[in-house]
Amino acid sequence: MIRFTWLRFRTQALIALGALVIIAVVLGLTGPHLADVYNATVVPCHRYNDCAAVLQAFPPAPDRTILGLMNDLVIAVPGLIGIFWGAPLVAREFETGTFRLAWTQGISRTRWLAAKLGLVGAFSMLVAGLLSLMVTWWSGPFDQAYQVRITLAVFHTSGIVPVGYAAFAFALGATAGMLIRRTLPAMAVTLVIFAAVQFAVPFWVRPHLIPPVTTTSALNLGSVVEWGSTDAGQGNGGDLFVLTQPDVPGAWLLSNEVITPAGRSASTEPGTQACGGGASTLQSCRAYLATLHLRQELIYQPASRYWALQWYETALYLAGALLLSGLCSLRIRRRRPAGGDVRRAGRPTDLQNRPRPAPSPQSA
Amino acid sequence: MSAVVEAGGLGKRYRRRWALADCTLAIPAGRVVGLVGPNGAGKTTLLQLAAGLLEPTAGTITVLGKRPGVPAQLRAVGFVAQDTPTYAGLSVAGHLRMGGWLNPDWDGELAERRIRQLGLDLRQRAGSLSGGQRAQLALTLAVAKRPELLLLDEPVASLDPLARREFLQVLMETVAEHGISVVLSSHLIADVERVCDYLVVLTASRVRVAGDTDALLALHHRLSGPRRAARPYPASWEVIEESHTDKQTVLLVRTNEEILDPAWTVRPVSLEDLVLAYMSQPNDAARAGRPRLEIAS
Repeated sequence: MIRFTWLRFRTQALIALGALVIIAVVLGLTGPHLADVYNATVVPCHRYNDCAAVLQAFPPAPDRTILGLMNDLVIAVPGLIGIFWGAPLVAREFETGTFRLAWTQGISRTRWLAAKLGLVGAFSMLVAGLLSLMVTWWSGPFDQAYQVRITLAVFHTSGIVPVGYAAFAFALGATAGMLIRRTLPAMAVTLVIFAAVQFAVPFWVRPHLIPPVTTTSALNLGSVVEWGSTDAGQGNGGDLFVLTQPDVPGAWLLSNEVITPAGRSASTEPGTQACGGGASTLQSCRAYLATLHLRQELIYQPASRYWALQWYETALYLAGALLLSGLCSLRIRRRRPAGGDVRRAGRPTDLQNRPRPAPSPQSA
Repeated sequence: MSAVVEAGGLGKRYRRRWALADCTLAIPAGRVVGLVGPNGAGKTTLLQLAAGLLEPTAGTITVLGKRPGVPAQLRAVGFVAQDTPTYAGLSVAGHLRMGGWLNPDWDGELAERRIRQLGLDLRQRAGSLSGGQRAQLALTLAVAKRPELLLLDEPVASLDPLARREFLQVLMETVAEHGISVVLSSHLIADVERVCDYLVVLTASRVRVAGDTDALLALHHRLSGPRRAARPYPASWEVIEESHTDKQTVLLVRTNEEILDPAWTVRPVSLEDLVLAYMSQPNDAARAGRPRLEIAS
């Protein structure tokens, strides 16, 4: 069955591999250049602590475009796999009636399904994995320069998580096709559910894959980047407003709060002319804040957990994919009539209740 | 002789409607069985139950002594579905390769010989074949797995009369050559008459009559006589159909006794008469659980 699945799938597989080769060529040609620029500009800037301007110009414009495209591609590919390989996998056979041909060959339908899910699923993971590998390699200098790969914006565009996404999207598509039995609706449902999952996981699941680090320390006044008071300078109510940029390099910051020694938020402190008044300066505000003995509470995932989070999230999606595959194989063992049968069986009821049915024996 | 298909109280319900109900049946081996009945009578359902594509709602069915759908049964049963499905994008050669990969007893030589005889191009995609060619391809796939039993659901429904005749001819040659049992459904009695030696009549989801065609024909008689001679009929008669005019009564009677009453003119029935008579019986006759005719062979 694996050979037959490959025979049916190989055109699409070769197209996908062809696309990967093209991407490999583009990245292979531009990658070394990006690394050269990195070595020539970003590496020395750290020596002189003068990186802001350099980083503004890195990566150079054409590479920036490629980077954006590649990140979008890594995000899109698992969804496309789910829609175009997963959803039609079984639904197409129901639609065209070929499941009646396939299921009456000499192998059980469980094996039939296992071969399809296994081969196309493995290939989906391979494609997503290779793509992510290439993009991760290519964007190495970018990650080095910015040290932000664990953050929400880019965590899902490199590393091994795309493999998990692809497996899950594929299994989701196959399951939708199995339950809905029509290709187009299955594709739509796959897209909607997968998009919802991809939206929900980074916000509600990923932060808790490993319990995040919580630190509370005296507020480093040097980290205050914005300040102010509502209703400032009038001295009658209004609230203090402090925004800081804490120095936890490369961390994924989940929560950043400035609190009073009593544990309340700093924004419950009354507004003041020192911060936000017409004559206030950074110095005057810092001096005022120092009198409040504010503390800073940070909740974050440190940069060092990048690979741990990658593995956990990949494992989570793979487990989801396995669960859905199991659902598919349970479903396929229960024999239910295909849509066509219901219609065919339902149509002639009136004919049967007539005293004399109307066969057409004469039309031989 | 052992039964290739044996059903006991078999029923299949689609949502609220029974597509097949209380079907008890034993189809002997080595026969070409015609499953006839009007559209929607449950022929497709019965065949799909036998092929393992559907699970019964009630009762039991065994095919070649096994539960349908298990690998040991699947490899020994060739099934051609009503619309003769094939993979549109796959070449004829691709279909044969599939047959070889998925069926342990595959006879590749037989398959290629048949395709050559049919004049099909191995490189042609199944989607561009004519209906008749597709049906032949599907039959080739079913036959080349060297099954003990062939299940054919309306195999000739989509074919023109010439293609239909050719298809049945090829089928008969294959059956004769390999000694396969065949169950084929059709609502065309002429086709059944040409190829089948065993008959199952299915109407309104129930089996009305099943038996060897020659034996059935010998048991049924068309009687005509004066109206007065009507009732009561002898107890050994089962009247399948009766019609009356002012002067005359015409009956279709099942009996294994000779009809001696000179008032009746006795004529043999054709298979078509017989099938139509059973198909036009009122439904409640069958619902009341009247004894069904079973003929051992």
